Amino acid sequence: MSATTFTAARTIEQTASEPMAQRWAIRWQLYLGFIALALGGLVGLLQAIERIDIDLYDEAGLASYYQGLTLHGVLLALVFTFTFGNAFLSLTTIRGFGRPLASTALVQGAFWTALAGVVLAAYAILTNQASVLFTFYPPLKAHSTFYLGAVFLVLSTWLVSANQLLTWRAWKREHPGERTPLLAFASIATYLMWDLASIGIAIEVVGFLLPWSLGWINTVDPQFNRTLFWFTGHPIVYFWLLPVYVSWYLIFPKQVGGKLYSDGLTRLVFILFLVLSVPTGLHHQYTDPGIPVWMKSIHLFTTFAVVFPSLITAFTLMSVIESAGRARGGRGLIGWIRHLPWGDPSVSAQLLAMLVFLLGGTTGIINASYTVNKVVHNTAFVPGHFHLTVGTAVGLSVMGISYWLVPYLTGNALYGRRLAVAQGWLYAIGVLVFARGQIAGGLNGMPRRTAIGAATYELSSWNLENWMTAIGGVLMAIAGLFFFIVMVGTLLSRKPAEKLEIPVAEARFDSTRTLPLLDRLGFWFVIAALLVVLAYGPFFIAYLPLNLTSPGWNVWQVSGGGDTWVDVLAAGWVVIAIGAFAWFWRLLQGAVFESRRLGRD
Amino acid sequence: MHIERLEKIFMVLGGILLAVGIAAIGASVLAADVHLPAPSGRIDPRTVRTTPPFDQPGVRQIGPNEYEAVIVAYIWAFQVSPDISSNEIHVPVGANVTFKVTSTDVIHGFMIERTDVNAMIIPGQVTEVSYTFDKPGEYLIICHEYCGTGHHTMFAKVIVA
Repeated sequence: MSATTFTAARTIEQTASEPMAQRWAIRWQLYLGFIALALGGLVGLLQAIERIDIDLYDEAGLASYYQGLTLHGVLLALVFTFTFGNAFLSLTTIRGFGRPLASTALVQGAFWTALAGVVLAAYAILTNQASVLFTFYPPLKAHSTFYLGAVFLVLSTWLVSANQLLTWRAWKREHPGERTPLLAFASIATYLMWDLASIGIAIEVVGFLLPWSLGWINTVDPQFNRTLFWFTGHPIVYFWLLPVYVSWYLIFPKQVGGKLYSDGLTRLVFILFLVLSVPTGLHHQYTDPGIPVWMKSIHLFTTFAVVFPSLITAFTLMSVIESAGRARGGRGLIGWIRHLPWGDPSVSAQLLAMLVFLLGGTTGIINASYTVNKVVHNTAFVPGHFHLTVGTAVGLSVMGISYWLVPYLTGNALYGRRLAVAQGWLYAIGVLVFARGQIAGGLNGMPRRTAIGAATYELSSWNLENWMTAIGGVLMAIAGLFFFIVMVGTLLSRKPAEKLEIPVAEARFDSTRTLPLLDRLGFWFVIAALLVVLAYGPFFIAYLPLNLTSPGWNVWQVSGGGDTWVDVLAAGWVVIAIGAFAWFWRLLQGAVFESRRLGRD
Repeated sequence: MHIERLEKIFMVLGGILLAVGIAAIGASVLAADVHLPAPSGRIDPRTVRTTPPFDQPGVRQIGPNEYEAVIVAYIWAFQVSPDISSNEIHVPVGANVTFKVTSTDVIHGFMIERTDVNAMIIPGQVTEVSYTFDKPGEYLIICHEYCGTGHHTMFAKVIVA
């Protein structure tokens, strides 16, 4: 390491409130997400061009389109989103409370647990023993390390949540009678929602799939497990989205030169997400045979209710953006748009992500609309929709956030600002072309999760739609390349960053007029849990006894997989390797820390 | 908590928008008679081939213009008639067909393009959906849930003449 890096690192240590022992774990959590984004995005490119009969799966060393699709979904929808949330909301908790996290062991543990999860799942997927897609619906039966990886990934999010709560408790002791700072409040609310949401997948994996994959039980109930999956599978989209809302509400207004609208309303929005996100999952199962219709209809109402906080968000953000544009000298009905700081890549990427999200939200309401769902369910319309939401509202916003976050975390100046601005635009244009292709395809009966290029029933009307999907996908991939050029350039940059602070917006209407009840997350968590019992209780009671009649199926390997003991041995080696690396890393960290201390003294 | 007048108006309008959406959906169920798949019984996927009616896949006329199509979904085909090499169902124009489908192995999908027939086929469950074919033509039945490396080859046809 060069002398300049040390200087930069020392500057951060002096200005930030988190100790280095917490900072590196947060930084590496983020990098783990970036690696997932790079690989997952690359596989996405293969999928897009498969639509126009360019099949590069052999060249990429993948056994099938579906092995690639599993990688794409797991890396992007699970690993990238989880690790970003873990890193970003740990940091905003620190910044919000103005103190380090309560436990350094937990923040480091969250990183190691996430890494172990990624390695275990990646091992199963890369050796083609888990081509089950990111929804892993049984009776598709993956190798046990895949489920073990899922366990570890979810565990890492719980460690982050536990650390937030411990930090909150410590802060309250230090600040008796004070209101919980909004930034920390929103960060904690997000993870509390997820704690409740993740119970479904935890029961599914630990109670059924893991013992099943280890041969301890022989059969499962696919309909029941599917319901457990979607118990988590819908609120998971808010777990993807809310870290970005934390940025949009609390950080972005400052970047755009405005103020957060209202402290109380922001708390209300996050509480609404905490309360309403989870009891909605059955709307993913409108077309399932094993669920009574009246139960599905209850989830129609709860799903529409959870649209409401996003409607408030739409208005609030518009007002923030417009008032910022006018404060910067913008005039006229739309003249203020021009005056926004479009040259700041962090701002422009998030602005574009918000615009795309308008379409993403609208298509989401179509999906949720009960009878209308029959037109679009499991068609290409759905990936069209969620590449606008998680793919862009979240994905592009994360890239935008990274344009200040990575300089903040490394002390290095952002490399290639203009390339970064171009990246946002190219990505947004790319996803709009891509989604147009997928959405139109879906309306014309094109199924999702299908190697359309190789399909034996292709319709001629899908031609244009396939081309749009492919062209949009290629544009997104080029934008992804731009992003990583900027990121790697920043990591290697020797120029120190100018500003080393997390931009946090002030509220126009601060917490003095906020109802005290809006501070009590514990209370709202109980309400959320009660709603879940009401929305799911009748189903679970009416559904019993379980129909445990499905043995496992491996439908992606023509010849049987290797011996189980070989896999267990290999997985064991991976875990040992991680442990050894962890040990070595801590030694190295200790040495570096020591040398820095000596350097300072 | 301070909420500005314009935002209040927006929130009320947003609430009305969602209520209108729900009302429209309610109308589609009550007035237009569009329904979602409802539970039609359980089955053991391991013994589907010997369980009636799935021991005899195929189309049967059960009334004037009323037909029943019993279909077994398996990797990677829909068995739509006793003859396993055929993937075509033939019905006359105007036929109201009730599809009874189940799976012998993994989850499959059941979508008929250009119709509102869209349902999941889940092992252990029987899926029942119906549709009236008023226009002649060839309709693809597509498996729209990933079911293995041959998923994109899994389809059948309804031929309405």
